[in-house]
Order: sequence, then structure tokens, then C-alpha cells
Amino acid sequence: MLNFLPRDTKINFLGGRKIAMTVSALMVIGSIALFFTRGLNYGIDFKGGIEIHMQQEEVIDLESIRAIVGGLNLGDYSVRQYGVETEAMIRVEAQDGGADAVDAAIELIQGQVKEAVPDVVYLQSNFISPAVSEQLKSDGLLSVSLAVFAVLLYIWIRFEWQFGLGAVIALVHDVVLTIGFFSVTQLVFNLPIIAALLTIVGYSLNDTVVVYDRVRENIRRYMKKEVIDVLNLSLNQTLSRTVMTSVTTLLALLSLFIFGGEVIQGFTAAMIWGVVIGTYSSVFIASPVLLALNLEPDTMLAADKAEDSAARFRD
Amino acid sequence: MLDFPRWKLIMIGLATFFGLLLASPNFFDEDTQAVMEQQAFLPHKTVSLGLDLQGGVFLLINVEVDEIEKGKLENLSASVRDELRKLRSEYNVIFQRIRIDAPSKSVLFDVRDDTNIDRVERAMDGLTELTSAGGSGLATYREQEWSRDDLAFRLTLTETGLNLAKRQAVVQTMEVIRRRIDPEGTREITVQGRGDDQIMLEVPGADDPTALRSLVETTARLTFHDVDTSVTNEDFQQGRPRAGFEYLPLQDGGMISIQKRIIVSGEYLTSAKAGFSQENGQPIVNFRFNGTGAKRFGEHTAKNVNRPFAIRLDDIVISAPNIQSPILGGAGYITAGSPEEANELGTLLSAGSLPVSLNVEMQGTVDPSLGAASVQAGTMAAAIGMMAVIAYMVISYGWFGVAANVALIVNLFLILGLLSVFNATLTLPGIAGIVLTIGMAVDANVLVFERIKEEHRAGRGAIQSVDTGYSQAFSTIMDANITTFIAAAILYMLGSGPVQGFAVTLAVGILTSLFSAVMLTRLILAAWLKRSRPAKLPI
Repeated sequence: MLNFLPRDTKINFLGGRKIAMTVSALMVIGSIALFFTRGLNYGIDFKGGIEIHMQQEEVIDLESIRAIVGGLNLGDYSVRQYGVETEAMIRVEAQDGGADAVDAAIELIQGQVKEAVPDVVYLQSNFISPAVSEQLKSDGLLSVSLAVFAVLLYIWIRFEWQFGLGAVIALVHDVVLTIGFFSVTQLVFNLPIIAALLTIVGYSLNDTVVVYDRVRENIRRYMKKEVIDVLNLSLNQTLSRTVMTSVTTLLALLSLFIFGGEVIQGFTAAMIWGVVIGTYSSVFIASPVLLALNLEPDTMLAADKAEDSAARFRD
Repeated sequence: MLDFPRWKLIMIGLATFFGLLLASPNFFDEDTQAVMEQQAFLPHKTVSLGLDLQGGVFLLINVEVDEIEKGKLENLSASVRDELRKLRSEYNVIFQRIRIDAPSKSVLFDVRDDTNIDRVERAMDGLTELTSAGGSGLATYREQEWSRDDLAFRLTLTETGLNLAKRQAVVQTMEVIRRRIDPEGTREITVQGRGDDQIMLEVPGADDPTALRSLVETTARLTFHDVDTSVTNEDFQQGRPRAGFEYLPLQDGGMISIQKRIIVSGEYLTSAKAGFSQENGQPIVNFRFNGTGAKRFGEHTAKNVNRPFAIRLDDIVISAPNIQSPILGGAGYITAGSPEEANELGTLLSAGSLPVSLNVEMQGTVDPSLGAASVQAGTMAAAIGMMAVIAYMVISYGWFGVAANVALIVNLFLILGLLSVFNATLTLPGIAGIVLTIGMAVDANVLVFERIKEEHRAGRGAIQSVDTGYSQAFSTIMDANITTFIAAAILYMLGSGPVQGFAVTLAVGILTSLFSAVMLTRLILAAWLKRSRPAKLPI
């Protein structure tokens, strides 16, 4: 068998915790700052407005399309390449006057562009009212917060409170950095990205739980060892699994990114970033946090009730 | 661990077999599917493709339920006026200032003095009687409540009554929309309630959102009214109709004054069909009233021969023909501008009118070519991702990897089979969910295999290592999967459309991967260990 990693690694993960914590803190602060200054490139899901997805035989001359759409006086607009050079997305801000005004605007844009580009095909046209986009935004925010909270509750029940808090800190770290990623790249932030965020929450947690399970097992087994050594041991023991699973997931995601078409490229990009960040955080954030929260073998023994409930899952 | 109890073997076998069987219809063409549908013992359900993969139009419609409140207040104030007038003529009760106070959802009025005030109170009791909510086991409730402060009366709509009426309006609207778009009930449209006051409409194959919207948004309330012929052009210009009358535009131009009171309305129609006039070939809509409607119409026309009556549709009077002779059969026709218009009007009238107005808040059109391209790209990505993962597993774990791969492939069929049974909708993010599951499903096996490796290296025998590997990894696998499942469940509850499709495939994928990765690979490994009894594991 090929072993990509040397056997019985003894990497001192916790030794680098100061550097990792500093880097992460800086990145989190940077992401928050970017979110408030540069902001996100919201799709119409969250902003309201009209979007028209066009395709033509030849490479689209974005400038000339911009000139056409800009000349229509429909307010804020943007024209961007969409995936390939022969496709573009036209976005126009929400129109006053209800759905009729929207229809008129869509027809106007489609008609004018077709005059300049007779072979144009309109693959999608959508509009979302500002009221609904507000609702979608708050639903999205609610679902991400709810997921983080539900997870906190679950881990708290299954483990000690330090684990719950540690997992949530790692999660929030991942979510914030993903939002930062979208601010830096200015990729369109829309509804599927919320789905990606929630999946990242699930994935990152998956990773963290695997490490935590081993930490708990080892703390009970090696009562005499320092917590920091137990943490390092656990991380090394689970390292090959962490790497394996990240690689298989990334293989699937990369295939999706390259071959899955432009419609889900933003979603896949978010997921790829999230898997990388989630793997990093479960090693370099979730475990050091346990140390910072003063996890001790004594407190672990005091609450061996958790062990009982864990036993129920074994067959 | 090597000896699986017989029942477990049978269960795993059956689950795998049925998974494959249920997934199978998806791989046949439509003709074969039709044949399978006729055989009761063969599965025939397939996953249906979402709008983003099929092409079509979707609308998110806001039902303006606040209009219900306004309507109910107006009705209440009319009933109050009727009751008070009765009291005035019978007992000389003097009342004043019946008025609607919208913010407090109330109708207010005052009486001049307290003689006979008990009679007013009894009348108010009558207006606020308990109503049954309908259906079985539902409690009774009051539509409104009254209170009195000295000579000032107040009737307030109850929250219960309002909420019920609003819910009813949404349900009724959904039915009307369904009947309008799919009168024969043969198309695969989706009409789904969302939240308290929204409806999601999906029409696969449609390509003209404007036409769809006009079909959905038209109120289509048909009413018949008496006409006031004494009104002159000057009156119309001044625009102040007498109480109980209304000025409306005529379809052919000009204005008309009609009495607000309704002779008969579209609720009493039994049919409305497009056709052509036998006299001049003009496109028309033939309609027929039911018994009650025909009786009312007959009585009115008998009393008003040689006078016109107005046929009103929403805010326009379509025509105001003269009554030649009493119309007793309950049948008639409305002229239309074109055969298409007649068709649309016929559909609208037979489907019934909307209880409140609607507003489209979100609208989307997907070209079928984009949907087809997405299906192709998604399938391609899934196939390549799968091959990459399979190769990687074999390189890393050898024969163990092969066992995991068998489970992975079975898992894919199980997902498809389950989605088919539930008739779930597959969306593009849903395909992404499946591809993601491919990557994550092997995680359970990776956990087990890594553990086996560890135990084996620590000096345990082959069989014991495998045994410990499975039992030690199990609670970790459960924890890890439950957390992802929580995320998927929340996504399903709060998500919409394509995103929900993603949540469904993710959740189903977690369930099936638990089965295939834990039970199935274990069975395969046990069978292999039993046969070859190796001293050393090739892992």
C-alpha cells in the first residue's frame, strides 16, 4: 500500500499554536474589516433586482453590452462574464412599479441586446423584489446561526462544555473566513453560498468531532500525561484520517469545480475553501482552544456520564 | 465478528437489492418506464428534475392577506348598520357615527342615550356569536368581540378569526391558481405554500413569464349589476357617483354608472367555455349558472325587461346589453376581443376568482438548453469525481479500498433509489450534494480503516484488529454524521427550491452512507477474512 504520510508521526502541532492563533486572529479581523469596508458582491437573491444570463456564439464584448444596458437608464447595473467567455450575466437594480415594470425592463434589455447581437440566447432571467431578498437574507443568517447553536448544543451534550465551546469557536472561525474569502474574491454571494456555509459548518465539525473523540479517549487512557501531550498524540493519531478524508472530499469538489458548469462554480469554490479552512481549524484552532479553556483530566472523570451515553451508540 | 447472524445478512442483502431495484427506473427510457408502470410489482417512480435542470418558469407570489382585514371590517360595518337601522325603525334607537378604526381592527359607533341600550347589546351579542371553525375536532371561535364604554360601542375582529380567514384565502388562492394553469390536471406543475402568505409556483416547460403572470394575477371576479341610465356625461366628468352607485369604464370606450349591489356573481357559475357567436362569428365565452344563480338572474331579468344590465369583470364593464326577455335558463355569453382572449377568460372564469389580490415578488425563467447542459455537466462531474475517489481509495487501502468502493457504488444507487421512492426533486445543487456525498461517504470507511491499521500495528491479530477498528470508530462515525445531518436538516427547513434539493440529497446521502460504509463493507471484509484467514492485513 502507498502511505502518503510516514507512520507514527510525532508532529508538535500544539507547539505552533501561538503562530496559528495569531495568524487566525489576524485573518478573522481582516475578514470582518473587509466585510464592512469592501463588502460582498451580493447576488440578486440578497439585493433584489433583475438578472439576465446571456449566451452567444462568439466571445462577448462586455463593454458594448455595458454601453447598451447603461444607456437604458434603469439604475445600477453590472455586466460580467459568466464562467466562459461566450456567456455573461447582466444585473440591474430593483425597479419601482412592481412586476410589470420588471417585465418591461427585462423586455427592454433583451430587445436592445438582441438588436446588437442577433444570435443571443437568454439562458435565464430572474427578478427578486427587495422585500423577498431581505427575507432571504434574514433566513440565511438565521439558518447559519441556528446551525451553529444546534451544534453547540449537540457537542455539549455528547462531550464537556470546553469541547462544545472549542468546536463553536472553530466553526465561527471557518464561517467568518469564508465570508472574508468572498469579500476578497468578490465572487457572487447568493443563496447557494448559504448552503455551502452550512455544509462547511457540518464538514468542519465532522473533522473536529473526530479529533475530539480521540482526545477524550486518550485523556481517559493516559491520566498521567500532560494535556498538551495528549492533544498532540491525538492529533497525530487522527492525522492520516484527516488528510485522507480531506483529499477524497477535495477530489470530488475539484471535479465539480472543473466539470460541473458555471452555475455552481461559486458554490464549489466556497466548499473547497471551506474544506481547507475546516481541516486547518480542527487541527490548529479547535484543539489549542481546549488547552486555553483549561481542560483537565479531573474534570473529564467527574462527568463520565457522557461515556455512558457514548456507549449506547456502540454495538 | 466473522459470523454475521443470518437475519443481518438477509437484511443487508434485501436493503441493497431494493435500493438497486428502486433506482432502476431512472436508467430506462420513457417507453420502458411506461411498460414498467403497468406492472404492479415493478418500481416505476423516478426522481423528477427541478426547474433549474428542466427549464421553465417559477413565480413567488405574495398573497395580499391584509386585504382580508379591510374586507372583513367593511362587511362588519355594513352588518352593524343593518342591525342599527332595524333597531331605529322598531325601537327608535338613535345611533351615530358608524366608523372603521383600521389600526385597532374595530368598528365603532355611538348611541344617543341609554334607553333601549339593552336591545343594542342583544343585537351586538347576535353579531358576535360563536362560529364553528369547520372540520372535525376544531373548537368554536368568535369572528369578533364587542365592548361598551358608556354610550360608545366597539366591535373588534379577533386574531383567531382573522388568521383563519387569511389561511383560507391562501389555500383558496392555491386552488384557483392550480385550476387556472392546469385545468385538466395533467401537467407537472408545483403550487406550494411558503410561510403564512406566500405561494411558490413552478411551471416546467413554460417560457413566457409575462403570460403566466397575467393568468395568475387577474382577479377574474365576474358580477352582474343593474345600470343607472339617468347619468349624463357631465356627471361622469364630475366623477361623484350617488351613494350605492359606481362609475366604471366600458370595455368599448366610454363610462357607465352601475349599482354597487350585485345581482349575481361568478361564484354561481357551473361552466364557462370559449366559443363563437352563432349570429356573427365573434369569439365569445358561453357561461351557465347553477340553480341559485339562475333563479336570481331570472328574477331580475323578469322584472327589468327592456332595461340594460352590466357584466362586470374586475374593474371594467365588459358589456351592458338590453334585456329583451326574461332569461330563465341561467345561460348566457360574454363577448371577447379574440379567440385567445375568449380562451383565457373561459379558463379564468371556470377556475374561479381570487379572494384577494396577488403580487409577484420573485420570478425566474430557465432556458431548457441551460438545464440540459447542467444535467450533463453534473453527471460528468459526478462520474469523474467518483473515479478519482475510487482510484485514491484503492491506492491507499488496497483490497480494503475495493470493499469501500463497492459500498460507495451501492451507496449511489441507494441515494437514487430513496430519492425516487419519495419522488424527490433533483436540482443542480442536489447533484452537487451527491458528488459531495461521494467524497464524504468514504469518511466512515477511512475512520474504520485507519483505526484497523493502528490496532494492527499495535500488535493485534488480523481479525481482532478489524473487530476493534469497527467498534472503536463507530461512535465517532455517529457523532460526525449526526452533526452534518443537523446542518442538512436546518438547511431543508429554512432553505428554498434548489437549496432544499441540496439538503435532501445531503441528508439522504448521510443515511445511506452509514448503511453502506458501515454494514456493507464490514460484511464484505468479514467474508474475505473468513475465507483467507490472513495473519497479516494488507492495509
